[in-house]
Amino acid sequence: MYTEDQLLPLSAVSQYVHCPRRCALIHLEQVWSDNVFTAEGCVLHDKAHSGASESRGDLKILRSLRLRSLRLGITGVADVVELHRIAPSEGGVCIPGIGGTWLPFPVEYKRGAAKDIRCYEVQLCAQALCIEEMLSARIPEGALFLGEKQHRTPVAFDAVLRAETEAVCQAVQNLFAAGVTPPADHNKRCSSCSLMEACLPQSAGYGKSARKWLFRQIEEICPRDDPTVVGGDNPAAVRDRNLS
Amino acid sequence: MKKLLNTLYVTTQGAYLRQEGETVVASVERTDVLRLPIHTLAGIVCFGQVACSPPLLGLCGERGVHVSFLSEWGKFLARVTGPVSGNVLLRREQIRRSGDPVATCELARYFVLGKLANSRTVLQRAQRDHGPGTDLTRSVGMISDVVRRVQSAADTDTLRGLEGEAASAYFSAFDSMIRSQKDVFALTTRSRRPPLDPLNALLSFLYTLLAHDCESALEGVGLDPQIGFLHALRPGRPSLALDLMEEFRPILADRVALSLINLNQVNGKGFETTETGAVVMDPDTRKTVLQTWQKKKQETLQHPFLNEKVELGLLPHAQALLLARHLRGDLDAYPPFLLK
Repeated sequence: MYTEDQLLPLSAVSQYVHCPRRCALIHLEQVWSDNVFTAEGCVLHDKAHSGASESRGDLKILRSLRLRSLRLGITGVADVVELHRIAPSEGGVCIPGIGGTWLPFPVEYKRGAAKDIRCYEVQLCAQALCIEEMLSARIPEGALFLGEKQHRTPVAFDAVLRAETEAVCQAVQNLFAAGVTPPADHNKRCSSCSLMEACLPQSAGYGKSARKWLFRQIEEICPRDDPTVVGGDNPAAVRDRNLS
Repeated sequence: MKKLLNTLYVTTQGAYLRQEGETVVASVERTDVLRLPIHTLAGIVCFGQVACSPPLLGLCGERGVHVSFLSEWGKFLARVTGPVSGNVLLRREQIRRSGDPVATCELARYFVLGKLANSRTVLQRAQRDHGPGTDLTRSVGMISDVVRRVQSAADTDTLRGLEGEAASAYFSAFDSMIRSQKDVFALTTRSRRPPLDPLNALLSFLYTLLAHDCESALEGVGLDPQIGFLHALRPGRPSLALDLMEEFRPILADRVALSLINLNQVNGKGFETTETGAVVMDPDTRKTVLQTWQKKKQETLQHPFLNEKVELGLLPHAQALLLARHLRGDLDAYPPFLLK
């Protein structure tokens, strides 16, 4: 069990699934360029976060619900959670301040292209796990509304997705505890990433050595057998030079 | 790479800058003379009697626009920044390394190598352009020799000594790169506090501009400009900005100074000697230098390590970013910018 102090943002969970380095850049390095903000923050939350709840008989819509899970160590806000009226025998639970018994049904709206649906599913599942912990409920499924057309995609919170979500929460906790940004793994997704400039995936990736590069450049600029050199009063130093 | 934004240099005495929504408005004697959207600016540099309204300073702080105040002669007075941002883990690592002599020496070595290699390249280009002069050839050789010794130097003090040695070799050949107005712009020796001749006044002024850009670049990536490696820590001194600018001195500031002199864009009449022997630039000359500096920043070249086209004005930013990535463990060394 985590304490309130140790809770990490829910948004980091889906970012981690998409790209652990991006997650680290945003949360550890605090690289927060405008376009991240516009792309992920404001646009998505304009409608969903308007905060007003709706009620239509057997369906209630709650917006901007604040969530947390002490077991997983995450906290955040769910854009939209529907409440479906069902009997306690079918899994309905009491909701503080509302009469009757209900089944929570988390919903996420993603206007952008469905670039990486798995990270949305994990995010939704993380929300479901928070609600389960807070309301002692069991939530079998939720839904994603994807793309411009807001195509409705049901998401079943099965054992596989739950296990993966819990593993990601653990990984995010480990990432924050270690404070080390993972190396870049340059791939085709990078070109659409708003943090490309801060990340430098081609230079900061695996296997590119700045040390070797610098050594080569200096050798090119000042060749070892440069006839113009004067002095060089310490030939041993020249022979054993190194950059380490 | 990010967009090269403008730096607004305000040299009009008595100018007042204020905020209007998202716009910076400059007025002189209650008449508005300039309006610029804040998002087009990376920095504001005020010379002499120029004032900024507190709300404008607040907006600049919020948007990461660096505001510096310099005396009319270009001496640094003060800087206004917003709340400290960036990565606390990065700054902790920066502080840790600055307290570790081995790590300090390693970083200092990268900065010195960058400076020496670029100094040598500038001299070599002058050799190519104007035919070999004995001074140039001799200094190129001397710097090459120092580069070797830098690679095996065991501590930071040794590096500082070698850097000084290379600097005298470089400046001893500086005269050979001046092709015009040699009587006015002879470099006898480097004097800074205060500059005692026109060339020193010109170089000091350009170095101040470069330092401002380097300081902004470091803050932009979340590094503390005061915690350096090659330059010892001293309260109030932006040591890391001075470290970072070493590799740019020969290729940005010195070359701008040389082209201004060699193309006769500045002349002896633009400088005056004050009672103490200190030499200062007149306002028109300062304006010419600033315009040339701004134009220089818009030139692009291929960044040898990043392999992409970069505007010269963004080089401090690109290098600050590489330094941050090295301190965060992404890169096994800091690759200085090397002019090819």
